[in-house]
Amino acid sequence: MNIPAIKIQNLAFQYPRQEGVCFKNFNLEINAGERFGLFGPNGAGKTTLMNLMTGLLKYSEGSIQLLDHEINDHPKSINTLFGFVPQDFSYYPELSARENLSFYGAWYGIAPGKIKNRTEELLHVLGLESVGDRMLKSFSGGMKRRVNLAIGVMHNPQVLFLDEPTVGVDVQSRHAIINYLKKQNESGTTLIYTSHQLEEAAELCTKIALIDNAKIIAHDSLEVLLETHGQEGMEGLFLELTGKRFRD
Amino acid sequence: MQIIKATIIKDGKILLRDRVGLFMMFFMPILLVIVITSVQNSTFELVNNNKISLLVFNKDKGPMGAQMVDAIRKIGLFKLQLADSTSSDQNLVATMHNQDALVALVIPRQFTAFIENKAGEIATRALKDPDSSQIKSDAPAILPDSLIMYYHPVMQSSFRQSIEGAFRSSVQVIQGEAIVKKLYEAVNQKEVPADLEKQILFSQVPISKIPVSRSGSRTVPNASQHNVPAWTIFAMFFIVISLGGTMVREKNSGSFIRLKTMPASYLHALFSKQIVYLTVTILQAAVIFAIGNKIFPYLGLPALHLPKDGWALFIVTAVTGYCAVNYAICVGVFANTPEQSNGFGAISILIMAALGGLIVPSFAMPAHLQNILQISPLHWALEAYYGLFLEGGKLKDIWMNILSLLGITVLIQIFTLYGLKKKNLI
Repeated sequence: MNIPAIKIQNLAFQYPRQEGVCFKNFNLEINAGERFGLFGPNGAGKTTLMNLMTGLLKYSEGSIQLLDHEINDHPKSINTLFGFVPQDFSYYPELSARENLSFYGAWYGIAPGKIKNRTEELLHVLGLESVGDRMLKSFSGGMKRRVNLAIGVMHNPQVLFLDEPTVGVDVQSRHAIINYLKKQNESGTTLIYTSHQLEEAAELCTKIALIDNAKIIAHDSLEVLLETHGQEGMEGLFLELTGKRFRD
Repeated sequence: MQIIKATIIKDGKILLRDRVGLFMMFFMPILLVIVITSVQNSTFELVNNNKISLLVFNKDKGPMGAQMVDAIRKIGLFKLQLADSTSSDQNLVATMHNQDALVALVIPRQFTAFIENKAGEIATRALKDPDSSQIKSDAPAILPDSLIMYYHPVMQSSFRQSIEGAFRSSVQVIQGEAIVKKLYEAVNQKEVPADLEKQILFSQVPISKIPVSRSGSRTVPNASQHNVPAWTIFAMFFIVISLGGTMVREKNSGSFIRLKTMPASYLHALFSKQIVYLTVTILQAAVIFAIGNKIFPYLGLPALHLPKDGWALFIVTAVTGYCAVNYAICVGVFANTPEQSNGFGAISILIMAALGGLIVPSFAMPAHLQNILQISPLHWALEAYYGLFLEGGKLKDIWMNILSLLGITVLIQIFTLYGLKKKNLI
């Protein structure tokens, strides 16, 4: 029997002393090996859900299991099972790409010899080999995004969480990132992805969930959802299900 | 171990690449120590080496007024200036300002008459009937005008009292001499021989002045011995500006979010920061002490004499640096913005420095502050350094200060752990 990459049951969560996102009796299952897209308007609860799944936030009720391990109770070692590519640049701009990858590799517990090989491999695949010794603060937006991704996959995780991994990058960088993610998925990594780039999502994701007000309002493959709702594209589907009201 | 090593390398590289930050971390404390020592050194010299400028207006035409001036001169405390005989009390104040005199003394007109009559009265009483209060001389027993001492209002009370004491001592010398003369003349029916007079007046018991030190050294502590250790501690604790700010920036950055999703605990990152910044504080102290020892004489400042117990110096420096680093981490954990960290960090260090006796000696503080100052780690660090630099002590003489400093460090660490848990950082 296949273990789901993520299994959320009866989840309840609310930010302390704050109104806004409030998960109640929330359920979701993401199969291992999927390229799963999580979409919704601003404030829908995507980033909160991502933070709950990666253990950055603690939930009060229910259960979130990552590859059969309860996130709230996990020992730190379970963090080797997943990688996280946050929306914000998550590295040290005063260090070079090589130095950042070497540092995070050590934090993932990768053996020193393997860190070097993996660093060179990732720099090569993501087109950063020639600039690997330059400080990241001198990098372009696209290069920074690629380094951000490289750190998240440094340890070949079984599940990779990506929070808007291509925001603000040029076409070439987006192409490189999406291609790399597809290859990573082919090698067995489950991708859990959020973005506002709906075309990109349609290209990448094998299954999607639309979330609004901390509730799932649609969950299936894109083809099935388009057919069910009589839409031709992702944007039409999105607007039909979430409405045209501003969510700022 | 691999994580700690990688994090130390990371923190070290980030620190070394921040050239401006490094410059501020080393140059500013050095500048601070030089400026404070220079300022304190001039005060030190004013009090210890420079004579107090004294303007004397002698209205007395008799010998006692002149003797009084002579006696004051012999004390050696004053740079004497005599006011013009045409002067008046009114324009004396103006003369004080013009001639930069801190003190002025007016010797009244009947000073000689008063002293001589007083001496005569005492001598007569002593020779005839000491119990009788009926024997009176014809001269007035009360001086019509007292000695008047004008002083600059900035003069501290204790300083003023010591000057007043010097004047009283001079009066006593003159009065004593007059009494002895009168007694001698009454008994021997002739004047006191000059050599006997000198013997009576100047064969006082000498006072040897010896500074106390644990090492037995008789080197007098100078402004450098006082100020360099004190302001080095201040500089070490000022690491809060750099480290506290770094902590907040890292905490608010994406890199921290990433670290939180990793297998290792954030405590590894904190441990690495302790090692790296402890090294910085030890280097700061080493550089400042080296400059005090080697460069100060070229700047016209007294050289800093390093304690003989080098290990004790290293241990005090390391424990002080460790406490400073932990304090900075604590501030960084609780602050939400670099502004909060810098503002609170800087002001709190100033307060702790004031409480710790860096600005005003702790013994001069009011009683209620004497208890509070014990919570300041800077106080214990200063006491330990003074034990080594001023008293020539060894490790065994200052271990209580080191233990107190370590105790405060542990309390800071416990508070930091509470903050880390409360803020969901570990």
